[in-house]
Amino acid sequence: MNESLLRELVPAVIGVLVRRGADFAAAEDAVQDALVEAVRAWPGEPPRDPKGWLVTVAWRKFLDAVRADGSRRRREDLVEAEPAPAPGEAVDDTLQLYFLCAHPSLTPASAVALTLRAVGGLTTRQIAQAYLVPEATMAQRISRAKRTVSGVRFDQSGDVATVVRVLYLVFNEGYSGDVDLSAEAIRLTRQLAAMTDHEEVAGLLALMLLHHARRPARTGPDGRLVPLAEQDRSLWDTRMIAEGVDVLQAALARDRLGEFQAQAAVAALHADAQRAEETDWVQIVEWYDELVRITDSPVARLNRAVAVGEADGPRAGLAALAGLDPALPRYAAVAAYLHERDGDLVTAARLYAQAARSAPNIPERDHLIRQAARLNAELRG
Amino acid sequence: MAKYLLLKHYRGAPAAVNDVPMDQWTPEEVTAHIQYMRDFASRLEGTGEFVAEQALSSEGAWVRYDGEGRPPVTDGPFAETKDLIAGWMLIDVETYDRALELAAELSAAPGAGGRPIHEWLEVRPAYGVQATATE
Repeated sequence: MNESLLRELVPAVIGVLVRRGADFAAAEDAVQDALVEAVRAWPGEPPRDPKGWLVTVAWRKFLDAVRADGSRRRREDLVEAEPAPAPGEAVDDTLQLYFLCAHPSLTPASAVALTLRAVGGLTTRQIAQAYLVPEATMAQRISRAKRTVSGVRFDQSGDVATVVRVLYLVFNEGYSGDVDLSAEAIRLTRQLAAMTDHEEVAGLLALMLLHHARRPARTGPDGRLVPLAEQDRSLWDTRMIAEGVDVLQAALARDRLGEFQAQAAVAALHADAQRAEETDWVQIVEWYDELVRITDSPVARLNRAVAVGEADGPRAGLAALAGLDPALPRYAAVAAYLHERDGDLVTAARLYAQAARSAPNIPERDHLIRQAARLNAELRG
Repeated sequence: MAKYLLLKHYRGAPAAVNDVPMDQWTPEEVTAHIQYMRDFASRLEGTGEFVAEQALSSEGAWVRYDGEGRPPVTDGPFAETKDLIAGWMLIDVETYDRALELAAELSAAPGAGGRPIHEWLEVRPAYGVQATATE
């Protein structure tokens, strides 16, 4: 029983049902029902044509649901009158589904939930587990999302940028339930990249691959955060890095730079260094300059300050911090690091402790408080 | 989405604006108060923002380890000055502002005279479970 194959078929099957006249929400429900049946039936009797099997069963489920609902008689007639569907064009349907699930009328959280369910084929339970909320809560989120997009026409072309943003959110959620959301985001972005010819989709895919390749080195066996400079680079997945670099180079060759390509370029330069000391910080600063130019984001400026500190020394890094809002997430951590490199351990220790108090997650908090403790112990002699 | 803990205090928080002990309310006012809280929770289930909640007994004790082979040391019931949590609700919302908005709404539960209690609620962000891709 290949669950990932099953999940890959989901968007295409939803697409077929929608093209036959089912509305999106009903099609999505029917496909989920069909998946449940597949999980039960396939191990004993695997179908020769999995997609055809799913389409048949999902369509039957859809008709059952329509018939069971007396108030929907009229639509049933409408649906029965639809001409028999032609296969093919499934690729286009799937692309439409991506746009629908990332529709701008949805909140980011709803868009993420709907994407994981309708494009990713995850069950509500799996999505709820990944986000550590009750299944009922996630079910409500998904059904609200479906209601929100119920009036949206399926053939409208959407904005790739919003889809890319939703996939990036999924990727950053990482893994916590029985589903690895980072791997899932990569799978979906790969699928999207195969369907579209958009340089930022490629940029995002490259960025994800390059980050994901380093994941085994990013945390110690005890869950402790390992900073980039201290990571055991032999743990990096070199095949995934090579793929990420290839995808990135093809995207950059098109000369339409976007923020994900620029971020991926930074990640590629890190991945390229055999040892931390070999990192090409000068080029990284140049990419951050591009990123700042594209996004004008304070977070990009903050990251740029770190790179400047490495390329031109801590004083230059601190100068690059000037003008940034100290309330920015991770500002104190960056300032602490630069002050330590500049030899001001007292200020660095104080800033590390301050950064720990506002850290966004536990591994980061523990890392920062350890840094503060290390410096304070050093200062005590 | 981010999770926030809304904490209701028996004691330890600043006094509510409509600060009348619950045993001085009419039974109808108590019922209305409880219903308000129930409705609030089920509405958050509907919006996909509810995670969990629990009301807590006012009986509590401090406990600590007292050395190998010895029973735990306890202290309490609490002296009047000690902080005391009446209950909590965990929500999962889009923004910090939304968390504040919901906390304010919960603080408006009806109390004595049918008027909102305007009690102070504590809002605490929960840590995320996962480091982001940023290094």
